[in-house]
Amino acid sequence: MMEIKNLVVKIEKKIILNNINLSINSGEVVAVMGPNGSGKSTLAYALAGHPKYEISGNLKLDGEKIDDKSPDLRANMGLFLANQYPVAIPGLGINSFLWQVYKKREKKLMSLVDFRKHVIELAKSLNLNLDLLNRSLNDGFSGGEKKKMEILQMLVSSPKYIILDEIDSGLDVDALKVIALTVAKFALKNKVGVLVITHYNRILKYLKADRVVILEKGNIIKIGNNKLAEEIEEAGYGEI
Amino acid sequence: MPEDNVFKAKRGLDESVVTTISQIKDEPKWMLDNRILAYKKFLDMKMPSWGADLSGIDFANIFYYVKASQKTEKSWDDVPADIKTTYDRLGIPEAEKEYLGGVKAQYESEVVYGSLMKKFSDQGIIFCGMDEALAKYPDLVQEYFGKLIPMGDNKFAALNTAVWSGGSFIYVPKNVKVDMPLQAYFRINSANMGQFERTLMIIDEGAFVHYVEGCTAPIYSTDSLHSAVVEIFVKKGGRCRYTTIQNWSTNVYNLVTKRAKVEEDGVMEWVDGNLGSKTTMKYPSVVLVGNRAHGEILSVAVAGKGQHQDAGGKCIHLAPNTTSRIISKSISMKGGRASYRGMIMMAPGAKNARSKVVCDALILDKKSRSDTYPVNKINESEVTLEHEATVSKIGEEQIFYLMSRGFTDHEAEAMIINGFIEPIVKELPMEYSVELNRLINLQMEGSVG
Repeated sequence: MMEIKNLVVKIEKKIILNNINLSINSGEVVAVMGPNGSGKSTLAYALAGHPKYEISGNLKLDGEKIDDKSPDLRANMGLFLANQYPVAIPGLGINSFLWQVYKKREKKLMSLVDFRKHVIELAKSLNLNLDLLNRSLNDGFSGGEKKKMEILQMLVSSPKYIILDEIDSGLDVDALKVIALTVAKFALKNKVGVLVITHYNRILKYLKADRVVILEKGNIIKIGNNKLAEEIEEAGYGEI
Repeated sequence: MPEDNVFKAKRGLDESVVTTISQIKDEPKWMLDNRILAYKKFLDMKMPSWGADLSGIDFANIFYYVKASQKTEKSWDDVPADIKTTYDRLGIPEAEKEYLGGVKAQYESEVVYGSLMKKFSDQGIIFCGMDEALAKYPDLVQEYFGKLIPMGDNKFAALNTAVWSGGSFIYVPKNVKVDMPLQAYFRINSANMGQFERTLMIIDEGAFVHYVEGCTAPIYSTDSLHSAVVEIFVKKGGRCRYTTIQNWSTNVYNLVTKRAKVEEDGVMEWVDGNLGSKTTMKYPSVVLVGNRAHGEILSVAVAGKGQHQDAGGKCIHLAPNTTSRIISKSISMKGGRASYRGMIMMAPGAKNARSKVVCDALILDKKSRSDTYPVNKINESEVTLEHEATVSKIGEEQIFYLMSRGFTDHEAEAMIINGFIEPIVKELPMEYSVELNRLINLQMEGSVG
C-alpha cells in the first residue's frame, strides 16, 4: 500500500498541498483529478521525492517511511513516476539506458540479447517507432514519443506503484488508448497500485479507476467512483 | 619504482646537454646543428603570454634526457619486468597484447619496445622510433623534419627541436591502408623529467592509417614538462586519423604542437582527449593545401581541480573547395578551467571553402570556469563559415529525472556527462572510450586529480 497521511507541501513558504490523506492499495487504480493549479503535479513530484518541495506529513510505501528518502531510493523500492515533461539526456543511448534501468530493479537478469528482444517486443506493443531505440533518451522526440518512452521505462523497471502525471496531455487518441490499455494490463497482471493524475476523463475510459479524487486549491474536496469522473466531463470542475 | 636509468643528463639545459643528447644517439651532423640552432632560438624566444599561465615552469630544474635501457627491445620477452608491470598498471587490455608487435611504447625518453609486425614491413610500412628512423632513413627524415613546424614556430617547438628524444616515425606507402590502429603508450617516469617526443608521419597518396597515442603518468610532487611536436604529411587522396588520450598527472605542463598538411582530396582527423595535466596548451592544426582537402578536429577536455585545459584547433584553408570541422566539448568541475581557443583561416583563392565550428561547454559547479576564444581570418568572399557555441550546466530536472529511475545523483551526473561527450567518445577505439568514461567517473568522485 502507498499511504499519504497529513501531507503538506510547500514551495518557497507557499502551501501547494494542504493536509492530503490518501492511500492506494496494490492492484488499485486511483485517479486524481482537478483543474490547473490544483496541486496535482505537485502531488506526483512530492511522492517521487523532487528536492524543490518542502514537505511534512507521512509517506509510506508498503509500510516503510519514504518521505526522507531520495528519489533513487524510492524508485528502487518500486515507485515509478511517469513524468508529464520527460527531459532529454543528449548522448545517453536508449538501449543501454533501459538495460541500466532494468538492472536496478531486477535480481534475476535475462541476457542482454534476450533483453534487447524483449524491449523490441514492448516497443512494438506500444506502436513505438523502433528507430527511436537507437537514439538518445528523449532527444528530439515528439510529445507522444516521450510519453511512450516513459511507459517503456515503466515496463522494464517492474514497479509496484505507478504515478502517471498527466500522461494523457498532448496525446492523440490512438496513443492515449495504447498507453492506457498497456498500463491497465500491466497493473492488473502484476497487482500494481496506480495513481493517475489527469485533467480529463478520457484516459479513464481505458484505465478504469476504482476511486476518483478531486483536488482543488491543494485540498481534496471530493472522493467518489468512476461516475464522478464522468460528471466532471459533463459539468466541469466548477459544478462540483 | 626504482629509477634504474642507464643514462640521465644533468639537470637543466645548456649547449653541452644538447650536444650530449645528439652524441649519445650518434646523430648525423645536420641534426646536431639543427638542435643547437633550435636551442639558440629557444633562448631568444619569449614565453607565450596569450594563453595559459606558464610561470610555474622552471626550465633549470628539468632533466632533458633520460635513457632507460641501452638498446631498443626486439621482442616482448626481452622487455624488462618492471616496464611490463608499468604497462599492466596502465591497464593495457589483454586483447591488445596480441597486437603488441605493433606497439611503440616510449619508456622514459626512449623507445624500448620496437618490434614491427611482419605484415607491416611486407607492405612497406615503416613504423619505428624517431631515433631509429633517423639512423635508418636519414634522407626521409631530413626531407620532412621540421618542415611543417619549423623550430621558430613557438618557444616550445624550439625547445623540442633542441632536445627531442623518442616519438614515432610512420611512413605508409602509396595506396596502402593499414587495417588496424597503430598504437603507442607514453609515460613520464622520472620526477621532474621533461618528455620531448617528436613524431613524424608521412601518409603517401591514397594511403590510410589510424595512429593511437595514450598517455598516463604516475603522480609526482614537482612540476614536470611534456612538450611534444607532431608533424603529419597527408599526400593526395591519403587519410590519417590521429587519436590521443592524455592523462598526465596533475603536475605536468602539457604543451604540444601538432600540425598536419593535407594535399588534394586528402583527409586529416585529429581526435584529442585531454584529461590530466596541470596545464594543457594544445591546438591540433590542419593546413589544407590541396583542392577538396578535408580536416577534422574532435576534442574533449576535462578540467578538474587546479587544472587549466586550453585546447582547441586551427584550420587553415589555402585551396578551393576545402572543408573543415571542429567539434570541441569541454567539462569543467571542482574549480577547473576549460578554454576553447581556435582559429579558422581562409586565404584568398580558397573559393567554396566551408568550415563549421561547434564548441560546447559543460560547467558542473560555480567554482569552475569555461571560456572560448575563437578567431576567424577570412580573406576570401566565397566561403561558408558556421560557428555554434553552447554553455550548459547540468539541470536539476535532468538529475531528478534520472534519480527517479533509481540512479544515485553521482550516477545521474555521470550519465549526463558521458552523454555530453558521446559524439567524441564514439569515435575512439572501444577500449579507449571505456577508459575515458571510467576516468571521468573517477574524477567526478574525487578519487583522482
